[in-house]
Amino acid sequence: MTLLSSVTGRLTAAALSLAVALPAVAQETPQSGGVANVAIQPEPPGLMLPLVQNAPTQRVAGNIFEGLLRYDAELEPMPQLATSWEISDDGLTYTFHLHPDVTWHDGEAFSAADVVFSADVFLRETNPRTRAILDHVASIEAPDDETVVFTLKQPFPAFIQAFEVGTLPIVPKHLYEGTDFYNNPANNHPIGTGPFEFAKWDRGSVIELDKNPDYYEAGKPYLDKIYWHVIPDAASRAAAYENGTLNIMPAGSVENFDIPRLAGMDGSCMTEAGNEYFNPFAMLWLNNREGPTADKRFRQAVMYALDRDFAKNVLWNGLGKVPNGPFSSTLAAHDDDLQPYPYDPDKAEELLDEMGYDGEPVRLLPLPYGETWTRWAEAVRQNLEDVGINIETESSDVAGWNQKVSDWDYDIAFTYLFQYGDPSLGIARTYVSSNIAKGSPWNNVEGYENPEIDKLFAAAAVENDADKRQAMYDQIQQTLHEDVPLAWIMELAQPTIYRCNVHDLITTGIGLNDGFKNAWIEQ
Amino acid sequence: MAYVSLILGRVGKAVIVLLAILVFNFFLIHAAPGDPAAVMAGEAGATDQQFLDDLRERFGLDQPLPVQLWRYMSGVLQLDFGYSYRQQMPVLDLILDRLPATLLLTGAAFCISLLFGIIAGTLAAMRAKRPSGSIIMGLALLFYATPLYWVAMMAVLVFSVTLDWLPAYGYSTVGADYTGLAHVGDVAVHLMLPALTLGLFFMAVYTRMTRTSMLSVSQQDFVKTARAKGLAPGVIQRRHILRNALLPIITLAGLQAGQMVGGAVLTETVFAWPGIGRLMYEALMQRDYNLLLGIFFFCALLVILFNMLTDVIYRLADPRIKQGAT
Repeated sequence: MTLLSSVTGRLTAAALSLAVALPAVAQETPQSGGVANVAIQPEPPGLMLPLVQNAPTQRVAGNIFEGLLRYDAELEPMPQLATSWEISDDGLTYTFHLHPDVTWHDGEAFSAADVVFSADVFLRETNPRTRAILDHVASIEAPDDETVVFTLKQPFPAFIQAFEVGTLPIVPKHLYEGTDFYNNPANNHPIGTGPFEFAKWDRGSVIELDKNPDYYEAGKPYLDKIYWHVIPDAASRAAAYENGTLNIMPAGSVENFDIPRLAGMDGSCMTEAGNEYFNPFAMLWLNNREGPTADKRFRQAVMYALDRDFAKNVLWNGLGKVPNGPFSSTLAAHDDDLQPYPYDPDKAEELLDEMGYDGEPVRLLPLPYGETWTRWAEAVRQNLEDVGINIETESSDVAGWNQKVSDWDYDIAFTYLFQYGDPSLGIARTYVSSNIAKGSPWNNVEGYENPEIDKLFAAAAVENDADKRQAMYDQIQQTLHEDVPLAWIMELAQPTIYRCNVHDLITTGIGLNDGFKNAWIEQ
Repeated sequence: MAYVSLILGRVGKAVIVLLAILVFNFFLIHAAPGDPAAVMAGEAGATDQQFLDDLRERFGLDQPLPVQLWRYMSGVLQLDFGYSYRQQMPVLDLILDRLPATLLLTGAAFCISLLFGIIAGTLAAMRAKRPSGSIIMGLALLFYATPLYWVAMMAVLVFSVTLDWLPAYGYSTVGADYTGLAHVGDVAVHLMLPALTLGLFFMAVYTRMTRTSMLSVSQQDFVKTARAKGLAPGVIQRRHILRNALLPIITLAGLQAGQMVGGAVLTETVFAWPGIGRLMYEALMQRDYNLLLGIFFFCALLVILFNMLTDVIYRLADPRIKQGAT
C-alpha cells in the first residue's frame, strides 16, 4: 500500500483505544490526581515551542502545544488535533478534519484558521526545519472551520511524518497575527491547546504546568500538575530521584554509569520506548576534504578499527544498537540485509598499509556532553591508536565544538543526529552535496560529494511508489556503506527512568516530547 | 573631611576601572569560539542559513565589533544592560531576580565562616599546647584541603538521601507555596547545606589565620605589660590580643565579601540554588554576551565596593592607619 488513503482516524482511534483498553481493564483503570516531578536540564530558553526549538523546550512544551498528529512506535500517524485525514491517490492533496471542540487555554475557540496561520505564516518564518518541509507545499487552505487542505507541488510521501508537535506545533492566530513574533508578550505565558497549561516559571528553579480542566478529550489529562525541576548537576538529579523528590527522569538526566543503580532501585522502572521518531544516531564526522580522512580506505579502516559493541556494552550499559549502515533501524526504509562492518583491526591495518598512511596526526574532537561522551572519545582513540592511527584529542565546550564542526575545522568529530521518521527529513541532509555549507553543525559538514547519491535522494523524496522508493533507498544505503562518508557508531537508546506507580507515561513514538496526557499515577 | 575626599577619589577611580573592565571583558568573550546564534541553532538540532542570519540580525551580531562595543557601552552609561539573547529578558531583570538568592547564600556562608572561624581560631590559640587545640587545627586543615564539590556531594548523600533530614537541592519546597514565617523556615532549611558547604573552606582559613595571628600578637611587649598590670586573662585575650590580631582577618574577609556575587558557582550548581553563579556559568556556555557582561559588571562592582569598605573598617579597627598611609 502506497498511501494511507481515506484513513478514518476516528475509527482507527476507536479501534486503537479498544485494543489498548482491553488489557488495561484487566490491569487497572487510570486514576485522576497526582503530580509529576520531572528533571529538566538545561533550563529551556523559553517555552514558546513554535519559536524555540531546543531539546528542553520540546520536552516541556509538548504538554502545552499540540500538532495535528502523533505517531505510534511504528511511526504510523495517530489522531491529535486532526481526528481524520485523507491523502489523494496522486499524493498531492492532504486533507485534515479537525477536532470540533478544541479551545485555546485562554478560552478562544480553535479553528482551521489557526492551522493555516501556523503553517503558512508563523512556522515558515521561524522554524528552519519546518520551513524546508513546507517548501514542498504549494498552498494551505481552510475550506471551512474544521478542514485544512495542504496542496503539494509534487508528491512528497514523507509529508505525513511532519505533523508532530515539535515539527508543526499549532499557534494561536488571535494572539500572534500581525505582531512581532519574537517580542510578543504571549511568549512569556504560552497559550496552546494541550492537556496542560502554563502556570508559573521560577527561573533557575522550577516550571509549573497545571491540568487543563477544559481539555477536549474527556477525562484527560489525569495528572493535576507537572513540575519540571531545573537541577544543573547530574549527581544531584540522581540524589533527588533516590530520595523520592523526583518521580520521572527523562533520558539524559543522569550519567550512564548511574542508570543501572537508579533503575535497579525498588519500585523503579525503566523504558526505552518513545525513541522511535527522533532516534538520535551517533556518528563520527570524517573530514572528506583533506588529510588522511579524505581517503576512502582510511575511512573504511576507521569502521573496522572501532569496537562498537564494546562501547555499547561498557559505556551505554548495553542499551542502544550498533547500526549496520547509514539508516537507523527504526526507519521503514532501513535495509535489514546490509552487513555491518565487523570489528577487525587486522583488516583496518591492511587498509592503512595499502593507502600508505604515514602516521600523519589526526585530530579527534569529542562532543562535550558529559562524562559518557568523554569516555567514549577515549575508547575511540584507543581503538584507532591500536591500528596505528596517530590521534590528537582536542577539547572544547559546546559552543567551541559547534564552531569547529560548522567551520569544518576538524578531522574526526563526534556528533549525533535526529532521524525525524523519514530519510528525506533526517538523513538526506547529511549526504547531499547541495547541503554543503559552512555555518551549521547539521549540514553535510563532512563534505561528501556524490552526484549519484544526490540524484537518488532527490528522486526518492518525491517518489510516490513505495517499492520504487525502497529500491532507491536500498541503493543509497549500499553506496554509502561502501564509501563511508562518516562513521556510524551507535543508535542511542533514550532510557526513561520512573517510579513504577506512574503508568502510560510514554504512549507514542515521540516519547516524553509528546506530553503527559495519558500518564496517571496509581494512588 | 579626610574620609570624604578619600572616598570621592576612590569612587572616581572605581568608575574608570569598571569601564575598563567592561571593555576588556567585551573583547575577551568575543574572542571565545562560537556565538549565541550558533549555539542556539546547534541546540535546535536542525538549522538553515536564514535562521542564523535572522538571529544575528536580531541580536545585532551582524554589526562590526567596534559598533557592537559602542552600542553596548552607550547603553551601559544609561544603565541599560541590554537583552539576554537567549532568555529574551532584560539583563538587569535577570540579574536582580537572581541576586537575592545568591546574596542570601554567600552572606550566610560569610557570617558562618567569619563567626565560627574566629571563635575556633581564638580557642585554638588559647589552647595551643593542649590536645583540644590540635583537634581544632586538624579539622581546619581537613576542611581547608577538601574539594568543595566533594563536601557538597557527601553532605547531600548523608543528610538528604540517607538520613532524610534536609532537602537535597533548591531554594524552597516545590509546590508547597508557604507564606510568612513558614516560608522563611522553609528557605532556611534549604539554605543550611549549601551555606555550610560554602562556608567550610573560609571557616578553616579564618581559624588558621586567627590562631597564627593571635599567637604572634600574644608574644608582644604590650601584652606582657597588660599581664604585668594584672588584667584578667579573658580581657587580655579580647581587648589586647584579638583586636590587634584582627587586621589580617579583615583583609581576608574583604576578599571573601568581594566574591559574594560570583563566587558560588559550584555550590549553586550542586544544590540547584537559583543564583547568579549558575546564571553566569550558563551564560558563558551559551555565549550570552550581554548577560555575561552584565554579571561581570556586578561582580566587579561588588569587589570594588568591598575593597573600599575594607579600607574604612581598617581605620576603625586600627586608628593608627591614617589617610595616605596605605
